[in-house]
Amino acid sequence: MKKSHIIGIIVIALAIGIIMTTAGDASTYVSFGDAIEMAEDGNSTKVHVVGRLKKDEQGHIVGMQYDPMLDPNYFAFTLVDTNRFEQRVVYYNPKPQDFERSEQVVITGSMQQDVFVADKILLKCPSKYVEKEIQQNTAAL
Amino acid sequence: MINTLIGDVGHASVIVAFVAAIVASYAYFMASRKQTEESGDTSWRTLARSAFYVHGFAVLAIIFCLFNIIYEHRYEYYYAWSHSSNHLPVHYMISCFWEGQEGSFLLWLFWHVALGVVLMNSGKKNKTWEAPVMAIFSFVQIFIASMILGVVIGDFKLGSSPFILMRDFMADAPVFKMDPNFVPTDGNGLNPLLQNYWMVIHPPTLFLGYAASLVPFAFAIAGLWKGKFTEWIRPALPWSHFAAVTLGIGIMMGAYWAYETLNFGGYWNWDPVENAVYIPWLVLVGGIHTMIAYRRSKQGLRASFILVITSFILILYATFLTRSGILGNASVHSFTDLGLSGQLFTYMAAFTVLAIALLVYNWKKIPATDKELSTYNAEFWVFIGAAVLCLAAFQVLATTSIPVYNAFLGFIGIESNAALPADQIAHYTKFQLWAGVAIAILTGTGQLLWWKKANKNSFKDAITMPLMLTLLFSSLVIILSNKFDIFPFKLDNPVYILLFVVSLFAVFANFSIILGLLQKKITLSGGAVAHIGIALMLIGILFSSGYSNIISQNNSGLLYSREFPDEINRDNILLWRNTPVQMDKFKVSYRGQFQEVKGVPGYVNKELLFQTDDAYTAIARGKIKVEDKVYYETGDTLELISPENTYYQVAYESPEGEFLLYPRAQVNPNMGLLASPDIKHFVNKDLYTHVSTVPDPNEEKDWGELQEYEVMAGDTIVLNDYIAIFNGIEQIEQVPGVQMAEGDVAVQAAMKILGERKEYHAHPVLMIKDQMMGRVPEVIEDLGVRITFLNIDTENHRFKIGVNVTQKDYIILKAMEKPFVNILWIGTIIMSIGFVMAIVRRNQEGSGGEGRAPKAKKERKAQVA
Repeated sequence: MKKSHIIGIIVIALAIGIIMTTAGDASTYVSFGDAIEMAEDGNSTKVHVVGRLKKDEQGHIVGMQYDPMLDPNYFAFTLVDTNRFEQRVVYYNPKPQDFERSEQVVITGSMQQDVFVADKILLKCPSKYVEKEIQQNTAAL
Repeated sequence: MINTLIGDVGHASVIVAFVAAIVASYAYFMASRKQTEESGDTSWRTLARSAFYVHGFAVLAIIFCLFNIIYEHRYEYYYAWSHSSNHLPVHYMISCFWEGQEGSFLLWLFWHVALGVVLMNSGKKNKTWEAPVMAIFSFVQIFIASMILGVVIGDFKLGSSPFILMRDFMADAPVFKMDPNFVPTDGNGLNPLLQNYWMVIHPPTLFLGYAASLVPFAFAIAGLWKGKFTEWIRPALPWSHFAAVTLGIGIMMGAYWAYETLNFGGYWNWDPVENAVYIPWLVLVGGIHTMIAYRRSKQGLRASFILVITSFILILYATFLTRSGILGNASVHSFTDLGLSGQLFTYMAAFTVLAIALLVYNWKKIPATDKELSTYNAEFWVFIGAAVLCLAAFQVLATTSIPVYNAFLGFIGIESNAALPADQIAHYTKFQLWAGVAIAILTGTGQLLWWKKANKNSFKDAITMPLMLTLLFSSLVIILSNKFDIFPFKLDNPVYILLFVVSLFAVFANFSIILGLLQKKITLSGGAVAHIGIALMLIGILFSSGYSNIISQNNSGLLYSREFPDEINRDNILLWRNTPVQMDKFKVSYRGQFQEVKGVPGYVNKELLFQTDDAYTAIARGKIKVEDKVYYETGDTLELISPENTYYQVAYESPEGEFLLYPRAQVNPNMGLLASPDIKHFVNKDLYTHVSTVPDPNEEKDWGELQEYEVMAGDTIVLNDYIAIFNGIEQIEQVPGVQMAEGDVAVQAAMKILGERKEYHAHPVLMIKDQMMGRVPEVIEDLGVRITFLNIDTENHRFKIGVNVTQKDYIILKAMEKPFVNILWIGTIIMSIGFVMAIVRRNQEGSGGEGRAPKAKKERKAQVA
């Protein structure tokens, strides 16, 4: 066998290895229900959950807890996923500033005991996406 | 008044550019036919050139029109309105250009025109390449020009025009129904994160790299098309170097911008937008290696074709990823979707299919050798190096494309919920670290084999010295960092040690090559210099990222720490104003909010500024001086550079001395808190500090109940735990921000409050204006008190003072150390120098024409020696 063939085989093997590992490392978008099931099975893989903040009838956000004087690295809130399942989420970082205004929240993390511990929060703010409405407001000024 | 002329001229220029590109492309195609070339008929070529020049001038006209719209604040145009604003400085108006997709397409068009003109005029000796290469250039221009065409035929929209008027863009807005000639008075402004000098030069550099990568691709395709399977390498090689270096510098500029402006705590975040450029760069560098190997040993031609073509297609793929909106949730900073995804996909697919078809069709005709390479053959190692680069690129590509798989599966009806890895850094590092190790080993051994005669004994001689130096130096660093406390890290992770050792070896091996070439021909050492740069970059990345250390750990663990006490990093600390906190070996205190004032170096304390109704002007409340030089007197009107930005003064005290940092933050109505770090550079590390949260400035302060005091001149009272002395009152002529008329009287109280660090002077004002009593309270942010002068009892010389107390100002701060990050930047510069040396050399070779053969021989001789 020629050397170049051996190298070719090694390269292909490595490429397959890369694909396998990528598939293994890839996370998934799940609901809280799935996340809880995973945690019960002892699977601690981190997942993505998409949800909205819990609000009362007046549209005020409920269950948000952040007191920098007590602990600047503790932020807790309640997220409602697409199946309307409510879950307490804890984020060991300061509260993102425009958190209240977000339309949609994507969190990454896993269930630990009875809370979801998030290590990343991605916010979708209306202004960024529904640009048109804001434009009308400003244009009307 | 709406100026529609400039937009019409611009739009017409776009159409001219588009049509001229079609004409140039067709004419160059005709000019490149065999019969045209043989007949000596140059009419097609002349036509094609003129068409390309027309195209070029049209592109310049588009740029002029668009810049005029931005520069003159023509907010009737959507582009100016959404990307610029009245207070934007001129240099950032340039950045407005590429904040929008249309402007960045324009930039790309412009660079293609510039490079096209260079190619048309530089190939004087080698006329044979002009027609086919420029045909491909013009063909690409058709596609890019179509992106900004903005022509609507029925339901079909071709391109998005930058010259669209506000009233057409949002025809439904009520304000335009009432008054079609309505012009907004101010624009939305440039994204504050892009208001950074790197953002003025980073996009043009990156797009020049994009544009330059078209040149080797065009030569490769022209070679396939015209059956010149081997000749294309020579003219394409210097251009490949040029593309790689501009792309590389562009990437690193972006990295430096992210380091300085964003606050994720580093220079590289594995964001899909970053990866999208990194992938083609790796492949292009791989392609350069196979091309150089081909130039020396006539091996690797097919690989060169594949890699050069792939790198260009990957650039198109990058464009598709960042602009089509397909990344959606996955990226924080891709462009907004303009509905061009179909067009972008067509562009990418057209060139992919065309290139692959040409390659497959000609595959058998491309010369290849069956000669087996020996292990002591440098080319063998060069090919392995190229394979490693491609694998590294493939790995990043495979992961970055996860949102694309989702979209594709969704397209064919399968629901997929795959997401990017939760811990991206760990995921990519797992592979890229080993790619780095392999590359470092290969650059060392490969270069030594390349320049020394390839046999066992001479190789052993060559490698001994670098190896010994490596072992000596690396053991020194390992011992010093572990046993003594002189580095900001302990090098004890075996994988990191491996990367460090092999990178050092690459540095020494390449350095020995430079020393060897010093006596012979130093101009040949570009490769060695570039490789040293890469090895230094690896070392810099290793230390700055691998040993990045958060020093703002908050171990005071309060109320909530019961939940998961061990696993959680508490990376942020709370700093009350003027209350020092011990952090690592520093005593850190937050000292107040500052602003940038035009004409004053550094920053000015907000306490010295009286804000007027116009956000951009303020009145000085005291002398503004920096180091004994007085810049403004009390009462002067000042211009603020960026009132939305607040700089938080943070003092770091250590036994070695004190320094101040000014991390910046603004609360943006659209984007929330935008915090940028301030970085203190030391020789062996950077200290990186940013605020994570500040009290919301838009929220009304919660002042406590008013407490009244009756005092006489000279009395001492206690306010919010501070001692305050009431010195008396004085009449004043002017009250900042108030227009005093005749008969109005104003008096101010003079008070002195003894704070922790200094004395504060408060001057609350009581005035009678238009027969009414008016009060201007004084707020001392540092102490969290507001003092109001309530009343005067003139008979008894007693004065009534009211005091409210609030929570003191605070910031939440994160700070980290980045050891030896300087080595990364130095490595980047050295790599660029190496590339430039190689361009000069390859360009001389390329233009040397037939003089190539003896030169190559000389090269060999140098290697023998």
